[in-house]
Amino acid sequence: MGKLFAVVVTIITLVATAIFVAHVWWLPADIAVHGPAIDHQLRETMVSAGLLFVVSQLALALFAWQYGDRKDGRPIKLFPGGAMPMVVSAIVLVGAEILALTFVGSKVWAGIFQSPPDPNSLVIDVQAEQFAFYFRYAGPDGSFAATHPELINEASENYFGLDPAHDVDARDDIVVPSLAIPVNRPILLRMHAKDVNHSFYVPELRIQQDFVPGLVIPLHFTATQAGKYEIVCTQLCGLGHYNMRAYLEVMPQEQFDHWLKDKAAQQ
Amino acid sequence: MDHAATPAAVHHHAPPQGFLRKHVFSLDHKVIGKQYLDLALVAVCIGMALSWLMRVHLAWPNLPIPGLAKLSPNGAANGVITPEYYLSLMTMHATIMVFFVLTSAPFAGFGNYFLPIQVGAEDMAFPRFNMMSFWTTCVAFLVLISSFFVSDGPALSGWTAYAPLSAVGKDAGPGQGLGQTLWALSIAIFCVGQLFGSLNFIATTLDLRTKGMSLARMPYSTWAWFITSVIGLIAFAVLLPACILLLLDRVAGTSFFIPAGLVISDRLQPHSGGSPLLWQHLFWFFGHPEVYIAILPGFGIVSTILPVFARKPLLGPRTLVGCMTAIAFLSYTVWGHHMFLSGMNPFSALLFSVPTLIITIPATIATLLWIGTIYGAKLRFTTPALFCLGFVSVFVSGGLSGFFLAQPSIDTYLHATYFVVAHFHFVMAVAAMFGIFAGTYFWFPKMFGRMMNETLGKWHFWLTFIGVYCIFMPMHYLGLAGNVRRYSAFTDDYLKPLIPLHRFITIAALLTGAAQLIFLYNLIRSRFRGPRAPDNPWQATTLEWSTTSPPPFDNFGGHPPVVSHGPNEYGVPGAAGDYVMQAASEPARVR
Amino acid sequence: MRTHSISVVATALVTGALARPATIVRATPAGAAGTIGGKVTYTGTPPKMKPIDMAKEPNCVTQHAAAPVLTENVVTGPGNTLRWVVVYISAGDQGSAPGTETVRLDQKGCQYIPHVLVVQPNQPLDIYNDDPHSHNIHPLAKVNPEWNKSQPAGAPPIHTKWEQPEFIPVKCNVHPWMHGWHMVLTTSHYAVTGEDGAFTLSGLPPGKYTVTAWQEQFGTQSQDLTISGTETKTINLVFKATPY
Repeated sequence: MGKLFAVVVTIITLVATAIFVAHVWWLPADIAVHGPAIDHQLRETMVSAGLLFVVSQLALALFAWQYGDRKDGRPIKLFPGGAMPMVVSAIVLVGAEILALTFVGSKVWAGIFQSPPDPNSLVIDVQAEQFAFYFRYAGPDGSFAATHPELINEASENYFGLDPAHDVDARDDIVVPSLAIPVNRPILLRMHAKDVNHSFYVPELRIQQDFVPGLVIPLHFTATQAGKYEIVCTQLCGLGHYNMRAYLEVMPQEQFDHWLKDKAAQQ
Repeated sequence: MDHAATPAAVHHHAPPQGFLRKHVFSLDHKVIGKQYLDLALVAVCIGMALSWLMRVHLAWPNLPIPGLAKLSPNGAANGVITPEYYLSLMTMHATIMVFFVLTSAPFAGFGNYFLPIQVGAEDMAFPRFNMMSFWTTCVAFLVLISSFFVSDGPALSGWTAYAPLSAVGKDAGPGQGLGQTLWALSIAIFCVGQLFGSLNFIATTLDLRTKGMSLARMPYSTWAWFITSVIGLIAFAVLLPACILLLLDRVAGTSFFIPAGLVISDRLQPHSGGSPLLWQHLFWFFGHPEVYIAILPGFGIVSTILPVFARKPLLGPRTLVGCMTAIAFLSYTVWGHHMFLSGMNPFSALLFSVPTLIITIPATIATLLWIGTIYGAKLRFTTPALFCLGFVSVFVSGGLSGFFLAQPSIDTYLHATYFVVAHFHFVMAVAAMFGIFAGTYFWFPKMFGRMMNETLGKWHFWLTFIGVYCIFMPMHYLGLAGNVRRYSAFTDDYLKPLIPLHRFITIAALLTGAAQLIFLYNLIRSRFRGPRAPDNPWQATTLEWSTTSPPPFDNFGGHPPVVSHGPNEYGVPGAAGDYVMQAASEPARVR
Repeated sequence: MRTHSISVVATALVTGALARPATIVRATPAGAAGTIGGKVTYTGTPPKMKPIDMAKEPNCVTQHAAAPVLTENVVTGPGNTLRWVVVYISAGDQGSAPGTETVRLDQKGCQYIPHVLVVQPNQPLDIYNDDPHSHNIHPLAKVNPEWNKSQPAGAPPIHTKWEQPEFIPVKCNVHPWMHGWHMVLTTSHYAVTGEDGAFTLSGLPPGKYTVTAWQEQFGTQSQDLTISGTETKTINLVFKATPY
């Protein structure tokens, strides 16, 4: 029975590890400036966690194999050094790993969430609601008009509650359900929620941020590769949560300018 | 440190009379413990059935499930689960499992039964409080289940019930009317029951230990229950007011968690001034210690059982208790790791990340102590032993994924994906469950005076052990691919290629679930037809094995044991049968 | 006995956005033959009908690839006419019969078809999901009970009815651009204008009537008139349109 346990644990460990190592299912290619740093952190963690995983599971398997009661009257053996080697190795090895990961990781985190956005960022206002994302571009006047929740009217596609009747500023704001951005341009999102918590997640961008009702949360990034990607909601927001998505379209600057003009004409 | 039992601390009961007093409103901690275990058994069956419905829907979203339309005409009109019903099933699955299984069975169930006996007492310190705590928990369960029958459906905001979705009331959609109110009410009532229970455990441990049972000589399961009850006292004392505030927002027009200007269902909500993040802080301040409440009794149970079947003392017992204490203490400092991306100040992410990583150190030490215990052992691979070894394996698997999530820079990618689902299922649904299984197979003979069937037990172990790896290991891969959690269907372009893996998981889940029928059958059959159990079938040292199987109503037949040894006397050279019981009359060994 | 124009109603409901259905006419009691007809038009500048970008539901984008769907809150026709205006007898109603045949609402291509439907109290209403994905219809009723219900792809139709007169805006919880109206009217003398803005209310016994036109953005316009025999009276109802 002990030998069976050892074999099963060994097989599980090797198969699971192999699938991780072979990247059978893995992250999509990253398209963000800060992406490689996150991927590097993930790889480092995967290596150390993987080593710990393999070593501890195999040790468990080995001891289960070796130390069954063979009823041969042999005495038990205490682990050499007692508990001390366990304590020391855990503190030293795990402690060192934690220090290293924290030191590097905190720089990665700070680079995304604690650094100021580029002053030349393209600013886009993002509203999350049950169950869609809407994006607002400032239009030729370069400013975002004030929004009024009581004026929101989805039937006429006034998702942000703009007041074009009285607010000239509002007449040129461009509201669309897709996030189009120029490639290699710093982007600053101003995120707010209309109703409940939502979240903005693009796996390729390696970035995620919750929308919190009552707060306007900034999120900045730069995309490095053109293409069409999905933005999905990751904060449970109700029945339509699974279907709450928008497309992120990263395109060359000229194509973006053309797209923006197009959308402005349709407002 | 010796503690003499004073006359005031010793409880004397008359034996209970009458059916109600003996079996329903019993003051006997053993009956109450069994009642908790029975409640947990009913709850786990319901919780597991809900998870089957969820998994079948995820794998085959358009498949009508036979019989479901009759059971829930609103939720599954032609047998196909609607998106809102899926989320309700998920919410109820998690709530039932976390509260009524993982908190009730290993802590309230086994703890109630065995803590007084293991410390040599006749009963808990406050038997009436104990009875009330069970019945309060029972009422909480019934209130929760009643939400299934509400016209608008049960709550669907997850067991985490984030505001404002959970706070604004029925404007927020189906499941957010009466269903959510009943959820909050149920959990508030549950908190009260737990607080009673924690007080009892603490008082009993500190005051009712028998002569010779110093704190240092307490079994590790007792230590675990004691530490867990301290965690619970503080954690549930925060969840209770949080639920009350949520209820006030829902029914009394307050705005603790709801800011101004929200438009839901085309209506401007009348609330203002509240903070959704406040709910998250309050909830997770409870929620993180809660997961240690779920796992620490498992630590204690495994640390008690492993030496019995290794015939060898636990390696580093004082270190183990130190680890459990460190984990308990640190558990209050890490709650923000559930909130790295919640919108709280990003700097606090680093503050929470550090203790979260540090907590891996005592967890690692404990794991190494268990592995070190079986080094050089003489292992007897009984079913409880197998579940203990399995516990170590799955705890390693589950704990290591936490290592990723503890780092905010990695959590940026993995948050709210199936990687998180894999992590918490491994440590809670699997490791904690293995602790419960180990405890059941180990203590069944003591509780019922009959042995469980070993062959069936081993089949149960193997099918479950392989099964849970097949279910939950692939979820890590899904998470790495960016598969978002809490989705009722995978309609996004990038998720569609992952559906075959989901189908594999579903099949594994159904098969593993079916394997639990072996356990159920074994449990019921052994109860009535199992071979009679001797007082100490496992040759274990702790005090419960010094008394009859099952114990008499006052645990020790009017003769409280006198303890002269610690619980760790296994593999003792020269001792009759290689072990020395705690209540043995040999002189105390100096250790 | 009343004659039924079910085929007209059915055709109108099922045809979809590109069609220009005839005005919907209710049955007329024999012997009462007065008629009120006319057109609904506007003055001023109406808001633009904007193309709806259904990007989050690619299924629906494909369905409308040939011709994009436009917003339906103000739909105009040639000659400054207004579509989707409900014209009905709001006072002095006589000779109305309760509605009994089933009215059908389709959710197709992520739109409500028809955009505006009229039912009488307790008239059966069947709601179908013709799309290969889920919809969640949410009538925002204030007088009647408010409810919402998911219909996954292939789900059976919802059989329902409204009991109280009310103008009920209807939205889809899952697709924010999907909007429609359920108008619960006690009178059976009503019409919903097509692109030609025309309406006909027939089978009116002699009497004094108030005719009201309702448009979801511009509100109501009313006119009083008297029917004395079997004549046809023609009126024009004009809304003041504003761009915002």
